Amino acid sequence: MAVASDKEILEGLAEIIDDIVGIDQSEVTPEKNFIDDLDIDSLSMVEIAVAAQDKFGVEIPDDELRNLKTVKDVINFVQNLQQ
Amino acid sequence: MTTSQTTVVVTGLGATTPLGGDWPSTWSALLAGKSGVRTLDWDDLDKLPVRFAATLAVDPSEVMPKQQLRKLDRNQAIALIAAREAWADAGFAPPAPKKGRPAEPAEGDTVDGDRLGVVVSSGIGGLHTALNSHDVNRERGWQRVSPFTVPMLMPNGAAGHVGIEFGAMAGSHALVSACASSAEAVGYGIDMIRAGRADVVICGGTEACIHPLQLASFGSMRALSTRNDEPERASRPYDKNRDGFVLGEGAAVMILESEEHARARGANVYGIAAGCGYSGDAFDIVQPEPTGAGQSKAMRRAIQNAGLEPSDIVHINAHATSTPLGDVAELNSIKAALGPEASAKVNITGTKSMTGHLLGGAGALESIITLMALKERLVPPTINLEDVDDEVDLDIVRGEPRPLPPGPLAALNNSFGFGGHNVSVVLKTA
Repeated sequence: MAVASDKEILEGLAEIIDDIVGIDQSEVTPEKNFIDDLDIDSLSMVEIAVAAQDKFGVEIPDDELRNLKTVKDVINFVQNLQQ
Repeated sequence: MTTSQTTVVVTGLGATTPLGGDWPSTWSALLAGKSGVRTLDWDDLDKLPVRFAATLAVDPSEVMPKQQLRKLDRNQAIALIAAREAWADAGFAPPAPKKGRPAEPAEGDTVDGDRLGVVVSSGIGGLHTALNSHDVNRERGWQRVSPFTVPMLMPNGAAGHVGIEFGAMAGSHALVSACASSAEAVGYGIDMIRAGRADVVICGGTEACIHPLQLASFGSMRALSTRNDEPERASRPYDKNRDGFVLGEGAAVMILESEEHARARGANVYGIAAGCGYSGDAFDIVQPEPTGAGQSKAMRRAIQNAGLEPSDIVHINAHATSTPLGDVAELNSIKAALGPEASAKVNITGTKSMTGHLLGGAGALESIITLMALKERLVPPTINLEDVDDEVDLDIVRGEPRPLPPGPLAALNNSFGFGGHNVSVVLKTA
């Protein structure tokens, strides 16, 4: 797939989060922490990661998933792998 | 042996069943003699021996957001729906939200979490989850298997979720004994309060396993009715032409509370959960012991546990699943348990004729039905009883609801499960 922009990754991630945990897409902004701000549990994060891998065509190893604490972390991670 | 102990009252009711999405609609349908049995609309139905079941009147997706449903097996979702109804009905305030959202001022009574218990049983657990996840694993690989699969398929999952939602820290339990599971839940809930472990117990049962495998596996046992052309007439306890049970799904939850706790907060009391009796057949994994000795023992022990005499029992909500052998065997057990005089006077009904057989949900639902029959002094009828079996020689309520006399009343709810689990619950008017 074509390399996605920051905005496209954010929108794609917001869609996934809305679908899986029902948080309104407008709530998903770069500075938000998945656990503290969005109240997403660790098992739902696994579901979100699998959906993100499918959507962005990147692999997110379990070791990396632990470091992805904010929405911005995911955007940066996907961007780096795409380049 | 008469036991002198804390009186346990019922202060809240909730249900979602094949007859209605809540308890009041279920009760109205029971009095109206409606059937909750329907033809299924699945693909490949013609490959199955049975093509109907008692499916929920209101699907959980109509009352619960999909994001919550994806973490819950169907049996867990409906247990939560019934528990929420019972909790609100008892006059308790909605639980405080966990984290991340501001608490809204809520109206209603509160319970100390350390004095709040949960007993919610399922006989089977998350069968849909187990089988769907198996398909996902084979077809798409382990990474696509939901990380919620284990908590969704475990049979104690419903008890866990109910405990989390309402903050129950006195203990959360799930007793598993096939079709007697949630009658045992009522007995265990009574014991939690009598033992001083809790003041309030959210207590009930749930089942949602209407799946092709269940129709195939109960079908291969020849346990199910095959009246495919007239599903609503298939569940017909005590009728000459009964040919097996009808698989049903649903959840029923009651709030048990010590009388002292209920009075202190001025709660509405539906009646008394007066006691419970148990026995094991120690005979066969699926066949009931043929003399009915085990079932009789459970009923006698229940009556003793409630401090009553057989002659006090005016009504029995029978296990009565509509199987050729089971229905009559239970009547013989009732005669042995109550004796000839008391058994001749007791008003017996088989409400599985309307609800189908909720398996692990049956004991709780039928305990609630029994309690409501006492409170309203009106026994719901056994439907589809057109031609009474020659071997039926007790008084079965049929056709119309039957009024019960004024004054203090007591009744039994019988639930028997594969494995030889016999459970009888005693309910009384307040």
